Amino acid sequence: MRLLRKPVTGFAIGAVLLFGVAPLALGDFRLDLLAKYLCFAIVAVGIGLAWGRGGMLTLGQGFFFGLGGYAMAMHLKLADAGPGQMPDFMLLYGQLDELPWWWRPFANPLFALSATVLLPMFTALLLGLLIFRRKVRGAYFAILSQALCAAFAILLIGQQGTTGGTNGLTNIQGFFGYDLNDPVNRRTVYFIVAAALLAVLALTWQLMRSRYGELLVAVRDGEERVRFLGYDPANVKLVAYVAAAGMAGLAGALFVPAVGIVSPAMIGVVPSIEFVIGVAVGGRASLLGPALGAIAVAWAKTALSERVPSAWTYFEGLLFILPIVFLPGGLASLAGTIRRRSRPSAVVETPAPAKVEVTT
Amino acid sequence: MSGLSVRDLRVVFDGFVAVDGVDLDVPRGDVRFIIGPNGAGKTTMVDAITGLARATGRVTWGDHDLLGRKVHRIARLGVGRTFQTATVFEELTVLQNLDIAAGWSRGPLTLLRKRKAVPAEVENAMETVRLSAVRDRLAGTLAHGQKQWLEIGMLLVQNAELFLLDEPVAGMSHDERDATGELLGRLSENHTVVVIEHDMDFLRRFARTVTVMHAGRKLAEGSVAEVQANPKVQEVYLGHAVQEA
Repeated sequence: MRLLRKPVTGFAIGAVLLFGVAPLALGDFRLDLLAKYLCFAIVAVGIGLAWGRGGMLTLGQGFFFGLGGYAMAMHLKLADAGPGQMPDFMLLYGQLDELPWWWRPFANPLFALSATVLLPMFTALLLGLLIFRRKVRGAYFAILSQALCAAFAILLIGQQGTTGGTNGLTNIQGFFGYDLNDPVNRRTVYFIVAAALLAVLALTWQLMRSRYGELLVAVRDGEERVRFLGYDPANVKLVAYVAAAGMAGLAGALFVPAVGIVSPAMIGVVPSIEFVIGVAVGGRASLLGPALGAIAVAWAKTALSERVPSAWTYFEGLLFILPIVFLPGGLASLAGTIRRRSRPSAVVETPAPAKVEVTT
Repeated sequence: MSGLSVRDLRVVFDGFVAVDGVDLDVPRGDVRFIIGPNGAGKTTMVDAITGLARATGRVTWGDHDLLGRKVHRIARLGVGRTFQTATVFEELTVLQNLDIAAGWSRGPLTLLRKRKAVPAEVENAMETVRLSAVRDRLAGTLAHGQKQWLEIGMLLVQNAELFLLDEPVAGMSHDERDATGELLGRLSENHTVVVIEHDMDFLRRFARTVTVMHAGRKLAEGSVAEVQANPKVQEVYLGHAVQEA
């Protein structure tokens, strides 16, 4: 029971911070920013599971984030335009006489909402089957996943008439009947994002502490060895990969009402790497590390860009290199080291990666 | 119930013939030692049997053909192996290692829940390989001998019927060897055991039958005494070892 109580306390503290302290302490503008950071944190939790526990360096989570984001934005654009109407940008470019067929189902809110999570998961399932069955891993997996999100961004940019091109889907006004210009409604969106983050954390916590979580670590550290125990490691990895994709999709879907836009620049290679940086800084193998790291890095980006806009890129590079070289377990491992020193016989609860799979 | 049967097994790496037409029969319940100089193809043969190395010929265990099956499918048929350098999951505890080894047939619902109690077979295996006292230690912190025992324990809970042990006592202290030998004796009561070994003293004490390999071929086979008396064997291998011992 003692084990049960500790994480519950942690969740309670998190809930108080997110639902009590933050809305009181932050103004509307900062709270909007926090909602955006929390979306990144949701992606990061999934990366922590896939990379930290599963050893899969997912450098292209922007792809799944984008699938979720575009699914949501397409629905909101259609809802803004009204029944039977086309979104404003399609009328503006004037290339189309009617709504493209693949836009139509997104007019249905139920379809669009489930698509934000299920579409990324289904895509990840198909990709994962191809990738893991062929034993693609390590740097090759990382490069493949990055190429995927680059290709997706290029595809979106190329299809300006139907996707909004480089601009993306912008100027989103309403969220299921609520006006997003109203600060009260924006606050509600923040609460939804915060609740989603807690739910994703709870789900990941259960996955990590379950027998599956132990098996995932075993696959990470000895994929070949696991085969001799009768497991197909491809299936084990697939579960974590699909779960991470679903989380990225959910985050993308919530990002749209929180920020009011989704565009290729937010889902391409650079943002995908930024997701991973937050996870590396926070500690990829822990539960909270990736989420806190993602929030910290996103906050640092805003803070630094406000003061010295040109410095961010260099700082970002440092952030990626330093933890991987000097602190592979991220900031979360610092706490573990201190705890172990005070309780020498304690069993390590979050197994840190045995080795750095890929460092570039 | 027939045991392990190998017919005309050939393994070729880039033109190099590592195993060259080996026939091998290990009846159920046997404790077979496979010896031979380095490069004789012993480990490669085990790799072929367990699906790690591509091979031609025929390998059967009971009623099942093994060649061409995937590694995890062969493991599910009750063929288990250990490695020269003990490979356990170092970031997991002894208990977690054994629990994972016991679990390939678990359904998704069991997998997605936390382990509530220690399964009986895991408890028994920990007892058998004398690791109960260190169950919550990370496997990476175990002594070399203990890691080897953990691997054997993993085979036990995995429900392996055929144990292929690759140099299980290499690098062990004298006491650890004795304990391992005793463990082999107990295993052989209801398992078929194949041991690749260099240690002649260990072989004399615990082998029931011996196969000698040399340059990818089978050189001799029989009881320890028969093999030791074989002049061909003495020439390539045992002769030197006998004089040393």
